[in-house]
Amino acid sequence: MALPLHAQDAKELNLYSARHYQTDEALYSDFTKKTGIKINRIEADDNALAERLKSEGANSPADVILMVDAARLWRAQIDGFFKPIHSKYLESRIPANLRSKPDAEGSTWFGFSTRARLVVYNKAKVNPQDVDTYEKLAEPMNKGKVCTRSGAHPYMLSLIGAMIERRGEAATEEWAKGMVANMARPPRGGDTDQIKAVASGECGVALTNSYYLVRLLRSTKQEDQAIVAKIGFVWPNQKTTGTHINIAGGGVAKNAPHSQAAIQFLEYLASDSAQEYFANGNNEWPVVKSVKIENEGLKMLGPFKAENISVAAIGKNQIAAQRLLDRVGYK
Amino acid sequence: MNRIVVLLALLLFLPLFGLAAPFLFPGSELLASGTLSHLWNFVLGGYIASTLVLILGVGIGVFILGVGNAWIIASYEFPGKKIFEWALILPLAVPTYVMAYLFVDLLQFSGPIQSGLRSMLGMESLWFFPDPRSLSGAIWSFSFCLFPYVYLITRTAFLERSGRLIEVSETLGYSPLQGFMKLVLPMARPAIFAGMALALMEVLADFGAVSYFGVQTFATGIFKAWLSFGDRVAAVQLALGLLSFVLLIFFIEQSSRSKLRYASSSRGKTLAKLLRGKKAFFAFGFCGATLLCGFLLPAFALVQLLFKQGLTIDIRYLDWLSNSLSVSVLTAVISVVLAVFFAYSVRMNARLSWVNRLLGFGYALPGAVLAIGILSFLEIFQLAWWMSASMLVLVYAYLVRFLSSSLQSVEAGLARITPSMDASAALLGLSKGQILRRVHVPLLKRSLITAGLFVFVDVMKELPATLLLRPFNFDTLAVATYQLAADERLAELALPSLTIVLVGLFPVLLLSRVISKS
Repeated sequence: MALPLHAQDAKELNLYSARHYQTDEALYSDFTKKTGIKINRIEADDNALAERLKSEGANSPADVILMVDAARLWRAQIDGFFKPIHSKYLESRIPANLRSKPDAEGSTWFGFSTRARLVVYNKAKVNPQDVDTYEKLAEPMNKGKVCTRSGAHPYMLSLIGAMIERRGEAATEEWAKGMVANMARPPRGGDTDQIKAVASGECGVALTNSYYLVRLLRSTKQEDQAIVAKIGFVWPNQKTTGTHINIAGGGVAKNAPHSQAAIQFLEYLASDSAQEYFANGNNEWPVVKSVKIENEGLKMLGPFKAENISVAAIGKNQIAAQRLLDRVGYK
Repeated sequence: MNRIVVLLALLLFLPLFGLAAPFLFPGSELLASGTLSHLWNFVLGGYIASTLVLILGVGIGVFILGVGNAWIIASYEFPGKKIFEWALILPLAVPTYVMAYLFVDLLQFSGPIQSGLRSMLGMESLWFFPDPRSLSGAIWSFSFCLFPYVYLITRTAFLERSGRLIEVSETLGYSPLQGFMKLVLPMARPAIFAGMALALMEVLADFGAVSYFGVQTFATGIFKAWLSFGDRVAAVQLALGLLSFVLLIFFIEQSSRSKLRYASSSRGKTLAKLLRGKKAFFAFGFCGATLLCGFLLPAFALVQLLFKQGLTIDIRYLDWLSNSLSVSVLTAVISVVLAVFFAYSVRMNARLSWVNRLLGFGYALPGAVLAIGILSFLEIFQLAWWMSASMLVLVYAYLVRFLSSSLQSVEAGLARITPSMDASAALLGLSKGQILRRVHVPLLKRSLITAGLFVFVDVMKELPATLLLRPFNFDTLAVATYQLAADERLAELALPSLTIVLVGLFPVLLLSRVISKS
C-alpha cells in the first residue's frame, strides 16, 4: 500500500465534490488544460462527503471540498473540514455575503454560484397573485394545490432554515402545517418532477430550484416545450424579504496535501471563464458581478431581489428545520 | 489451518464490530441530542408501519408470481413453455432502482399512459388511477423485480415431485386446486420460504428504489439520523433494529434451506400434463403477463429512452463500463477462491460449519449499514484514507456482502460429490491432487462458474456501499445511473442502466441453460 496521495506533487489535485452535474466535466478539463494539474474526483452528496471526511480525519487526501448547499458549507466549517486561506483575488471577486466571514487566518469557504428557490404555477388553474410569497402557499386558498419535493432534501431544509431565521420557529412550524394541509400529493420526486406535475395539472403550484426550470426553458425537446407552455413562474417575496437563494461553493481541505494547487483551483473557479461556465453550462448565477451571462434561459428569468440571510444562520437552523418538519408530518 | 479459516471468517465479520464501535468509543458531540427519541416520537412508528406493509405486500406479490409461474411451468405443457421456462428469470438482471425509475416514469400522472387516458376520456384527472409513487407502487415494482428468487427455488422443488403429487391428488378425488392447496404447497414450503426470504432481505436492504417511490421505510430513518442529523450513533442503533428484522427473515431462510432437498436426476422426469384450449391460453397469459411486466416492458422503455436521447454516448461511458467490469470481475474471482477455500475447510472438518453460517450473514447486511460499519472501523484505526487510495476497501465491502451467494453455490456443488466418490478414486490409486484435478474440478466447474457470475452481477448492481466507499475517479455504471437520476436526467441514464441489464443477462442466461437441462 503505497502513499502516493500524500506526496506534495502539485501536478495533482484531489477533489471531493457534491456537485453532480454532468456539464461540470468541461470545467475540470479546462482547468487541467490551463495548469497541467490532473484532478482526481470523488462525487457524492454533501452529507456522504462530510461523513467520509469525518472518518478520514487528519489523513484525508482531500485538497478541495465543494458543497452545493449553504447549510452544509457552514456545517463543514464548524466541523473543521476547511483550512482558512488568504487570497486577494478571491476576496476581490466574490461579494462578502457569499463567502465565510474572514478572521485573522483568512476565509474558510467561498461561494462560486447561486441558485434560487422559486414558484412555478399552472397558468390555467392558478392566479400568480395567490402564490407570490412562500407564506401564501400555506394559506387556505391554496388547499389541494401545493407540491414540493421531500422536506428532508437539503434545498428544502435550507429554505426552511432561512424562514426560521426570519419569522421564528413557532411561525415557521405553523407555515409547515399549512403546507402539509395544502398538498396536492405527498412530497415525492425531484424538482423537475414538480414542474412536470404542475404542467400536467396534478399540482397547481410547486417550489423548484431555478436551474431545473432554466434547463426546461432552454430545452429543444418538444415534450419539454409543451411543459413550458403550460406553466408560469413567480419570484416569491419580491415586495417583502426577497427570494430564497442557496449557494454552491467550497474551500481548501484542512489537511490538503496539495494546498497550493487547491488555492489555484478555487481561484480558477472565480475566473471569468469558469464563472461564465456556471451560467451557461449549468444555468446557475455566477457570483462575480462583472461576468456576462450568455444564457437565454437565465435572461428569461430576469433580475430579482434576493433574500439576505447569513449562511451561518441557515446552517445553525438545519436540524431545527428537520425536526419541525417531522413534528408536523411534512415528509 | 483451522486457525486460518476462523481468522479469515472473522476478518469478513469486522464491519459488525465497526457498528458496535460508537458505543465503545463515544466521540460524537451529538450523543446527547436525543435524535433517537425525536425520531421515535414523530416518525419512527410510520417508518416501521410502512416497512411492515412493504414486506407483507412484496411477500404476497413474489409468492403469487413465483409460486404461480413455477407451478404452471413445472406441471404443464403448453405453447411457449420452453421459452418462459428460462425467460422468467430475466427480471433478476434489472436492478430494483432502475425498475423504480421506469415504473414511475411510465405510470405517473404526467407520464404517457395517464396523459393518453386523460385526453381519450376528456377528464382532468383519473381519480381511479393509483399513484405509482406510493407504497403500492413500490410493492408492485419490487414484486416483479424479485419474484424470480421464489420461482427458481420453487420450480426445482415442484419438478421433483409434481407429477407424482398430481396422481396422488387424483386418486384422492381432489380438484386440481384442492390438490395444489393440500398437497403441493405444504411439500414446497421450505423452498418457497427460502426464495421469499431472499427477496425480502433485498427489500429491507434497499434504499435507492424506496426513496424514489417516496416511501419512508426503516432505511429512510437510518439515513435521516445519519446524514440529516449527523448522528452516527443513532443511525447505528436504528441499523441494529433493522438487522433484527433481517435476522428474523435470515433464520427462517436458513432453517427452510436445511429442509431443502436438491432434485436428484436419478428418479426420472415426471410427465407434465398437456394443456389445450382455454387452459393453455390461461397458462400462456399468466406467464406472458409476468414476463411482460417484469422484463419486456422495462427493457423496451430503456431502449426507447435511449433512442429519445439520439444515441449520444456520454464521454465517460467507457470509464463507467471498465470500472464496473474490473471491480466486478476482481470481486467475483476472489469470492470464488474464498468460497472454495471455506467450503473445502468445512468438508474436511465438520466442526467448522458454523463459519459458513456466519459468512452467510453478510448477505443480510444492507449496503448502507455495511458502509457505516466499515467507515467506523476504518476511523478507529485511522485507515480511512485507504478508501481513496485503492479499490481494496470497496472490494472488501462487496466480499462481506456477497461471499455468501458464491459460498452457497460452491457448497451445493460439493454436496453432489459424495465421500464414496473420493473413496473409489483413492482405490483406483489417484493421489489427493489428482482426485481434485480429475474428479472434483470437472464436477464443480459449473457450480464455480455460477458462483462467480452471481457475485459478478450483484457487484454490478450494488449502489449504497459503492457510493460511500469508492476511490477517486471511480464511477461505476450503477453510480452513474444514480447520479444522473439525482441530476434529474432520466433519458441519459438509459445507457448505463441498459448496460447493467445486458451484462446481467449473461449469467441469467447461463443459469437458464442449466435450467433447460434440468
